[in-house]
Amino acid sequence: MDKILEVKSLVTGYQGKEGFVRAVDGVSFDINRGETICIVGESGSGKSVTSMSIMRLVEYENGRIIDGEIKFNGEELTTKNTEEMRRIRGSKISMIFQEPLTALNPVFTIGKQISEAILFHHSLGKKEAWQRAEELVRLVGISDPQARLKQYPHELSGGMRQRVMIAIALASEPDLLIADEPTTALDVTIEAQILELLRKLRQERNMSILLITHDIGVAAEMADRIIIMYAGKVMEIANTKDIFDQPFHPYSKGLLESVPKMNGERGVPLKSIKGSIPSLNEIPSGCRFSPRCPFATDKCHTEEPLLEMRGDRQVACWHVDYLIENNLLQIEEEGGVSIEF
Amino acid sequence: MLRFLLNRLGQSVVLLLIVTVITFFLINLAPGGPASTMRMEASPEERQAMIEKLGLDQPIYVRYIDWITHAVQGDLGISFTSSEPVIQRISERLPYTIELTVFTIVISVIVGILLGVLSAIKRGKAQDHIINFMSVIGLSVPAFWLGLMLILLFSITLGWLPSSGVGSRGADFDLWGWISHLILPVLILTTTVLPNIVRFTRSSMLEVISQNYIRTVRAKGAKESIVLYVHALRNALIPVVTIIGVLIPRLLSGAVITEAIFGWTGIGTLIIEAARGRDYPLVMGVTVMITIVVVVCNLFVDLVYSRIDPRVKNV
Ligand SMILES: Nc1ncnc2c1ncn2[C@@H]1O[C@H](COP(=O)(O)OP(=O)(O)O)[C@@H](O)[C@H]1O
Ligand code: SF4
Ligand SMILES: [Mg+2]
Repeated sequence: MDKILEVKSLVTGYQGKEGFVRAVDGVSFDINRGETICIVGESGSGKSVTSMSIMRLVEYENGRIIDGEIKFNGEELTTKNTEEMRRIRGSKISMIFQEPLTALNPVFTIGKQISEAILFHHSLGKKEAWQRAEELVRLVGISDPQARLKQYPHELSGGMRQRVMIAIALASEPDLLIADEPTTALDVTIEAQILELLRKLRQERNMSILLITHDIGVAAEMADRIIIMYAGKVMEIANTKDIFDQPFHPYSKGLLESVPKMNGERGVPLKSIKGSIPSLNEIPSGCRFSPRCPFATDKCHTEEPLLEMRGDRQVACWHVDYLIENNLLQIEEEGGVSIEF
Repeated sequence: MLRFLLNRLGQSVVLLLIVTVITFFLINLAPGGPASTMRMEASPEERQAMIEKLGLDQPIYVRYIDWITHAVQGDLGISFTSSEPVIQRISERLPYTIELTVFTIVISVIVGILLGVLSAIKRGKAQDHIINFMSVIGLSVPAFWLGLMLILLFSITLGWLPSSGVGSRGADFDLWGWISHLILPVLILTTTVLPNIVRFTRSSMLEVISQNYIRTVRAKGAKESIVLYVHALRNALIPVVTIIGVLIPRLLSGAVITEAIFGWTGIGTLIIEAARGRDYPLVMGVTVMITIVVVVCNLFVDLVYSRIDPRVKNV
């Protein structure tokens, strides 16, 4: 299949007081053209750092990519210079962020901020750019575009501002849209609307979407394939349907079990994974999930499993065969994954 | 807009009342009076006659009411020391102080913002350390000492610049004469406000640079110059405008010292003369004038502020 993005053995981290810490430690995955892929994992897994590495924005926030490859449309991004990378950002790869309330510059109008994104990559007149901005605003479902363009961010609700961010991201018809927890800060109704908009845009434009979320329920609704990340590593990659039928990794199972039933109260995990994600200074030896894994053995505590192919899926667990054979990864019924496909 | 201005006017009137009452009582409580500044050989009768002539035998609150009644009608009285109207004495001196402070504020704002931004962008590098070091020096060295040192160096040792005076005005005005007299006073006065603007701009800029919307601008594919000088700077300047308002009183008190050092015949030297001569009407007049200047500057700053920050409801 036609691959838009191939990430191989990516290592990104930060210079800490006690040396360099790896927030992303050898991550590999790829995205097909027109595909929506979700990275799921608890907060602190390295999801944002992964996406900021693809955009090469980490280096503006004290981070550094120290190893690995990122191929976009066959071109290596990690070796591009500042100017080459600038031309790709916002035109071929766009990104929207978690905090719509603070993601727009408070002192400029919506119109200026959208049309500017067009002008960074196209030689148009200001007036044409403004007209194009108006079309974009209409496209993302904002009513009365002309008036909206003249407003300032603080005059818009969170959901509206996220729509504006999407309009900005679409300014140059990107091949890949990275959405880093785009709905986490929004309430359920608005979340559903924004996800619906992303689905619609993806269908209309055959754009690939890399959606980052800590909510596996969102991934269930949106993703063709899911990447499960934990403490800077990929634990499992599989088609969405497959992973919900039968997770291959104990951590995936834990995430699935923490999903509330769709009719249940939202945000109250029915069963959460014991323990918490390790800090970057104290990554456990062996399998990173071993301190929290109910199936961990001595081997798990000392040797790190690699991400290996298993049919058309990938999983990093020493005991995957044993666990599957003994039905240990089956989701318990009252854990209630009743998401409709 | 009208509401806002009326509101401000009301506040200013109250402020003026408080300031004038305090000043009036303070100068009248200070030991000595106009009569004590008379010639040594003046007889007690002569002194008494002067006290009565100036109305100083009245109780203090009667005198204040008398003063304020005239003042609200625009009559600030006659100077004790020169028998000219107070208004006239002030308006003779005011242009010199305006010259000094306007040059200072323009230079401080431009240079201060440039250095502050440079310092923020080069954070932790040599430029930042140098600017930081100079700011600390500027903040901690007293203006009068620095003034004396500069006079020693540039006027006495090198002989490049005059050590005092305002230069000649009117018919025999010459540009270099004017500028050469301005350089040292403006330099000294600048050191009293510039470091504040530099440091404030630096921290404001650093704060803005780490905001989410700056990341958005980069994600859009903006050149770094646009990220910094359009998106970041525009936000960083909002709080800098308010600090300029705060610095105006500091600037004016700095002007008094600077004028004294350099014999600059502005409002600063006038108020010293007035206090020394127990010239009550003149002290009051200068007080009123300075208060009005401060109020007007702050009003101006607020108006600018509401123009550059769309989140502030436009007044
Ligand atoms: N600018 C930074 N400096 C230092 N550490 C960082 C920085 N950004 C992220 N990290 C660390 O990297 C790890 C992964 O963060 P992140 O990718 O934001 O997690 P996620 O998006 O999955 O919640 C966290 O431990 C976080 O503290
Ligand atoms: S390798 Fe061991 S510790 Fe890690 S997930 Fe598999 S069973 Fe659990
Ligand atoms: Mg994140």
